[in-house]
Amino acid sequence: MRNYLLKLCLLLMLPAAVFGRTIIVSPHTQIQTLKKAIDLAKNGDTIIVQPGLYTSINTIVNKELTILGEGKPVLDAHHREEVVTITSNNVKFDGFIIQNSRTGSMRDFAGVRLSKVQNVTVSNNTLLNNFFGIYLSDSNNISVINNHLSGSNNAENSGNGIHLWKCKYVLISGNYVTHHRDGIYFEFAKNSTIENNVSEKNIRYGLHFMFSDDDTYLHNTFRNNGSGVAVMYTRRIKMLNNTFTQNWGGSIYGLLLKEISDAQIEGNQFIRNTTGIYMENTERIRVTKNNFRSNGWAVRVLASCYNNYFTNNNFEGNSFDATTNGSLKENYFSNNYWDKYEGYDLDKNGIGDVPYRPISLYAQVIEQNPQSVMLMRSFIVNLMDKVERAVPSVTPETVKDEKPMMKPWKR
Amino acid sequence: MFKIAKYIILDIVRSKVLIAYTVLLLAISLTIFMADGDVTKGLVSITTVIMIIVPLVSVVYSTTYYFNAAEFTELLVSQPISRKNILMGKFIGIGSSVLFAFVAGVCIPVSIFAFSATGITLMVSGCLLTLSFVSLAFFTSTRTRDKARGIGLALMLWFYFAILFDGLVLLFLYSFADYPLEKAMIALTALNPIDLARILILLQLDISALMGYTGALYQQFFGSGSGIIFSLILQIIWIGAPLLLALKAFKKKDL
Repeated sequence: MRNYLLKLCLLLMLPAAVFGRTIIVSPHTQIQTLKKAIDLAKNGDTIIVQPGLYTSINTIVNKELTILGEGKPVLDAHHREEVVTITSNNVKFDGFIIQNSRTGSMRDFAGVRLSKVQNVTVSNNTLLNNFFGIYLSDSNNISVINNHLSGSNNAENSGNGIHLWKCKYVLISGNYVTHHRDGIYFEFAKNSTIENNVSEKNIRYGLHFMFSDDDTYLHNTFRNNGSGVAVMYTRRIKMLNNTFTQNWGGSIYGLLLKEISDAQIEGNQFIRNTTGIYMENTERIRVTKNNFRSNGWAVRVLASCYNNYFTNNNFEGNSFDATTNGSLKENYFSNNYWDKYEGYDLDKNGIGDVPYRPISLYAQVIEQNPQSVMLMRSFIVNLMDKVERAVPSVTPETVKDEKPMMKPWKR
Repeated sequence: MFKIAKYIILDIVRSKVLIAYTVLLLAISLTIFMADGDVTKGLVSITTVIMIIVPLVSVVYSTTYYFNAAEFTELLVSQPISRKNILMGKFIGIGSSVLFAFVAGVCIPVSIFAFSATGITLMVSGCLLTLSFVSLAFFTSTRTRDKARGIGLALMLWFYFAILFDGLVLLFLYSFADYPLEKAMIALTALNPIDLARILILLQLDISALMGYTGALYQQFFGSGSGIIFSLILQIIWIGAPLLLALKAFKKKDL
């Protein structure tokens, strides 16, 4: 019988022996800090942190651990240092409230920093009032999932929510970022995916790409940011099924594109932005199947853009459909629906028989003379636009949709 | 004064012109709202229509009625009633009838289909616009004795405010493009009741497009409480000032 009990005990201990031990951190036991638990642990162990408020002055995770917070324990750096730094591969860090990292102009202090690691998951955390939220540098195969980040909302002293520098194969999914400088920031980050995130009320951009090629972002919502998304100096970005909304104000854009090429912009919603898409020095961008609704300017394409294609979009209720700052050449519009189109369709094939010119005369007038915004929707302006549409002379000859749709695309 | 207004209203109701105007406005508003599910777009279209039709009908109808009732006026003048009371009675009578047409034709559909800040702005500025053009009609009518000339003057006035003024503003903007004109533009707006009404509605509708520097300035000025009060006062001045001038002319006029 005693032998049998011993065997049972051994059997029960087996998982611990094979899959690593479990260390419990709690204010009421001997192990009262995460740091102490990490010192005691070996690779492959699991640390469970029970509810409570823990001071964490840059706790360094340098072993392959699974660190789980139970009931959202709080790690607080009291504005003295970073909160947690992960320097080991194969770490899972889940379920904490991480708050009050130090702020400063010399170093980028972060709530959670990942440095030169692989296969790390940071999930289900709440980051409050940190300078930078989750900072990934020089790391590959990282997942950042279902975190909630809220910054200090201080314009002078605020870092980015999720910051990537020199990373590859990162998945950022289901996060909510607010009150940071940039919600999500990519610099030299390649082959990464951003999906199902919400980024709102950030001071600068909801999402910002710099020198980051081959990334995809889809099904995100960018609401009421300094500007929705800025994509700069990058190639081959896919932007699919996102919502850009309420990005309002002087020089504020839903989507800002600068010096980019070969991008695909498909299935997005641009609603109530001052400018839906702003393009500067772009090449080979395909803008298809998007909805532009109630924007000030739906698209603003500068004369430095070439070979961009706008097809199968809906333009509805925008104050201006398109503007440019000079003569726009080699940019193509076709098969879009324009609610301002007044042509006819004699052969009933759903495509208007006369081309639509998205750049109105008045848009050109405002371009040269911004003060004339006062005359918007006045009779004289309507009259001028009608005359110009009938006999074009001032608006760019090349910018026209040869096949405007009679009815909006249903999606 | 109110007795005169009452007789005028009764007389106007008996003639079919104003009823036709009410039906026209009602038809326009209803068609626009029915045709398009997007309420904001409907408000935009209604604004465009209102800025043309309402001033035109208000000014022409008031002038015509004024001259058609010239004999009645002569009769009244022979009675022991002050000329001020006669003219004010006429103004209240004609003004309230035209205003009623606007309320029935535009305000009711708007409050049913699009009761919002934009809708309210549209209704209030439309009402004030109606009254200021009735008042302008009185101003021109008291200046002249000839009906044809009076109507011609009224039409010219409408043409100036509805079309020519904005053209001149555009010309002005191009001629002085090198100067900072933002403040001057606000002053220019005050010179035209139609522009005042249009910009108040515009600030509700196209806020995002107006967010450039000029737009922001307008937004700051007309969007603030004091700016709204300022423009309302200006619109009321556009009702009061022509009426006062008309009164002055009418008192001295040899009928």
